[in-house]
Amino acid sequence: MNFKRFGRPAAIAFVAVIALSSCAANEGDTASTGDGAESTLTGTLNAGGASSQGAAQEAWAAAFQIANPDVTINYDPSGSGAGREAFIAGGSGFAGSDSYLSEEELAGEFGACAPDTLAVDLPVYISPIAVIFNVEGVDELNLDADTLASIFNGTITNWNDAAIVALNPDATLPDLAIAAVHRSDDSGTTENFTDYLAQASTTWGEEASDTFPFGGEGAQGTSGVVSAVTNGVGTIGYADASQVNDLSTVALKVGDEFVAYTPEAAAEVVAGSPLVEGRAADDLALDLNRQTTNPEEYPLVLVSYAIVCNEYADAEQGELVNAYVTYMASEAGQAVAEESAGIAPLSAELSENVASILATVK
Amino acid sequence: MSTDTIIRPITNSLTAGKLPKRSPLWILLASWVVAGAVFLVLQVTEVADGFNVIGTIVFGTVIYLIAIYLLSRMVEGARQAKDRLMTALVASAFIISLVPLGSIIITTVTNGLPAFLTPSFFNSSMRNVVGEGGGVLHAITGTLLVTGMATLISVPIGLLSAIYLTEYGTGRLARAITFFVDVMTGIPSIVAGLFAFALFALLFNDPGIRFGFGGSIALAVLMIPVVVRSSEEMLKLVPNELREAAYALGVPKWLTIMKVVLPTSVAGIVTGVMLSIARVIGETAPLLIIAGFTASMNYDLFSERMMTLPVFVYNQYVSQGVDSQAYVDRAWAGALTLILIVMVLNLAARLIARIFSPKFGR
Amino acid sequence: MTTTVAATTIKARQRPGDRVFSTATVVSGSLILAVLAAVALFLLVESLPAFVAEADAFSGETNNFMEYVGPLVFGTVWAAILALLMAVPVAIGIALFISHFAPRKLAQGLGYLIDLLAAVPSVVFGLWGITVLAPLVRPFYVTLTEWFGWFPLFEGPVSGTGRTILTVAVVLAVMILPIITAICREIFLQTPLLHEEAALALGATRWEMISMAVLPFGRPGIISASMLGLGRALGETMAVAMVLSPSAEVIFQLLTAENPTTIAANIALNFPEAHGVGVNILLATGLILFLVTLVVNMIARVIINSRKAFSGAN
Repeated sequence: MNFKRFGRPAAIAFVAVIALSSCAANEGDTASTGDGAESTLTGTLNAGGASSQGAAQEAWAAAFQIANPDVTINYDPSGSGAGREAFIAGGSGFAGSDSYLSEEELAGEFGACAPDTLAVDLPVYISPIAVIFNVEGVDELNLDADTLASIFNGTITNWNDAAIVALNPDATLPDLAIAAVHRSDDSGTTENFTDYLAQASTTWGEEASDTFPFGGEGAQGTSGVVSAVTNGVGTIGYADASQVNDLSTVALKVGDEFVAYTPEAAAEVVAGSPLVEGRAADDLALDLNRQTTNPEEYPLVLVSYAIVCNEYADAEQGELVNAYVTYMASEAGQAVAEESAGIAPLSAELSENVASILATVK
Repeated sequence: MSTDTIIRPITNSLTAGKLPKRSPLWILLASWVVAGAVFLVLQVTEVADGFNVIGTIVFGTVIYLIAIYLLSRMVEGARQAKDRLMTALVASAFIISLVPLGSIIITTVTNGLPAFLTPSFFNSSMRNVVGEGGGVLHAITGTLLVTGMATLISVPIGLLSAIYLTEYGTGRLARAITFFVDVMTGIPSIVAGLFAFALFALLFNDPGIRFGFGGSIALAVLMIPVVVRSSEEMLKLVPNELREAAYALGVPKWLTIMKVVLPTSVAGIVTGVMLSIARVIGETAPLLIIAGFTASMNYDLFSERMMTLPVFVYNQYVSQGVDSQAYVDRAWAGALTLILIVMVLNLAARLIARIFSPKFGR
Repeated sequence: MTTTVAATTIKARQRPGDRVFSTATVVSGSLILAVLAAVALFLLVESLPAFVAEADAFSGETNNFMEYVGPLVFGTVWAAILALLMAVPVAIGIALFISHFAPRKLAQGLGYLIDLLAAVPSVVFGLWGITVLAPLVRPFYVTLTEWFGWFPLFEGPVSGTGRTILTVAVVLAVMILPIITAICREIFLQTPLLHEEAALALGATRWEMISMAVLPFGRPGIISASMLGLGRALGETMAVAMVLSPSAEVIFQLLTAENPTTIAANIALNFPEAHGVGVNILLATGLILFLVTLVVNMIARVIINSRKAFSGAN
């Protein structure tokens, strides 16, 4: 054996191990040296659920951990269904979910909650869903719900179809096959998109569901749809508005006008929507008004909830969840998420509602 | 190699009946030129659109295959012609495989380098990081610990089983193991994760269990069959003469295996182990389920969530914030880091194999 | 002294070392069986509710579990076979190139280069598949449907994004290439030198030497390696999920927007949002994948055993 030959790599490996075993530069107790006397919260809060909330939860967790240096927040963006399952089984502090708890789920037990208490849905995350397209030579596109539904259920297959041309007299639409891209995974985005088409159009012909009911191109996740639309030819798809990047987006017909998505218009339609009937008074599940004719409102939105217990079996966890979710729904929290995750902030009224319910959570 | 034989009537010169020494090279170049010329003609006459380099090389190579076969057949005879054809085919198989390899490496390096070169990438975790910045120290630590533990579990088990299969086993147990190890290679990674999760959730009665060791178990389930299968093949190749020689000298069986069989096949076994590590180190789905997701450091395999590199890459790709470029950059840089880690491990393993393997033969 | 002692040693005297060692090997072998039994049991228990699930538990027009899983089994096997068809010849070619054609000094470096491919995580293969490969092959697919559209496999309409089953098969082929290559290479290198030299001495060309000495010797190894690759291709999750544009039908066309999806990818796509009996259904498809692997391996075993005469090892 030649030790000169092995000596160098060994030394490099040794140094690397030393470097790696040291603490991360951005961690440690630096934050507590400031005026951290206010925060008494400690512990780890594990939660999980909707991947749509992933980016926002990252931003919230970061801000919350800076304010409360002894707290660690872990949010698994594992999916709404998995998040609700874990929460019901008692495996997480709260669940993020794109759909509110079903009657069936409310009838059962909640593992993390005190015995015989229920959980409530609190809207904390509103995001417009943008319809994105990639057609050479076309920058703006107007569509109504009927045409959009026909494109996605495969009735309209070419970009120069009369229905599209009628809505876009100024655009030069090419003779090109339409590749309509949907989410291949089950998702809340698909559920909200199909819900909009089912309610607002006459041509969709299916119920709202989190599985896309027709054929066509499928792609995994928001990022998958965005990259399929970007890299494809003659593509159209739907995605969380924050991920749209440079792609052109469709303006939807609301009433007599074409409305492009904006956070304000999205928040507006949520503010104008009634609560789901027949649920507990402190449950803020929303029945979104997709058929709105008010051009101030953009009806294609996704509302994601934080599902929390009314009363936690573990009081310490209750305190932690309360503090964190209160922060999420607060004006400051919404502003942070708007900046880093592109959400539409809750209206002041809804925000207050959520806060008043959270005040009773323990 | 100068093993060519001449079956035709012997002429005076030693080089008669053979193509000139450099002829394959010239024929190849000529074929490319011909293919390029054809493409140019097509372009000029506007039959097909566009001169294209890939097409030229592909068609040129096909022309070369035909040309070398025919030429060699005319000059050297059918057997030599076949030999030349197969040589060309084998070489092109190798080149073909280099194309995707090159493409993947180039894509990863060009996309990953910007974030990879930021100083914070290797000394920070993602705790309290929103948007740009942050690092993968937590994920690197997690990947090394989780995969290291998985290797510690599966290599002894796998290697001993392979030894059993080749050296001891003859009966029903051996046949059962061989067969079911094959079946084990088909366990989808996500099922391994679910299995580990169900196992530990049951053992510890904690429905929300997430810890690094669980991830190691899931990976070990995936790793063991690869280790067994590859080491079994390598052990089988050890000539029986070596074993018999050892027995004849009165060496006990276990010492024969330790001192003769294993060292003889160590290079192959190490290759197999490295393959199995490479197979599992990039697994995302099982780790997402059982090892979880966190932005903070965790050195303890047995408590709390632990981040790993593939989960990091996946998460950065899936839940992008508004500043999506920063997330995508980090995803690619994470992938680059993962590849580099496996490369270093591979190099280290080869060194070890060279130290232990006997100095004879090739 | 000599005769008696020799007699007893020949009668396989069990040394403590021997006993410990052989027990250890038996224990680890059995441990594997135990783990596998545990996984199978877990899958079986979890999937029981799926077999009796009501029709409305399934999405779309499927009414029972068998209808649901049928197209998935087809997609899984179809994608894996396509990948294997592409990967095995190339892998054998590479392994031969490294072991018998490339200059000795270069060979190790080249082998290392291919091993590098094994190091690429499947997420990266997925990313590469959608961002690089799919847009690259799409124009090629368009030409293929134009010229060979009459051939059933290449029927149009061609996919608008290039994310078809053929693209997935290419990605899978690239993923399993290093596994098959590495094992074939090691085995080809172990071909008895005497066999090779004998063939050459008899005047064989290099290819004749390979086809007479190296390939027959390596055949069981090639099959073993291919099966390891097949296992990987059957069970691959992330890359398929990210690249494929799936649908739940049996479709033979390689280039259209709708493609049969694989079991593992289907689990990955639908698990996050699954709840209640949906989870059981997905796990039951996992059990089916298990059975598919079982059958595929059985077939391969039969093939290997029928060729045992060719095995050069020992």
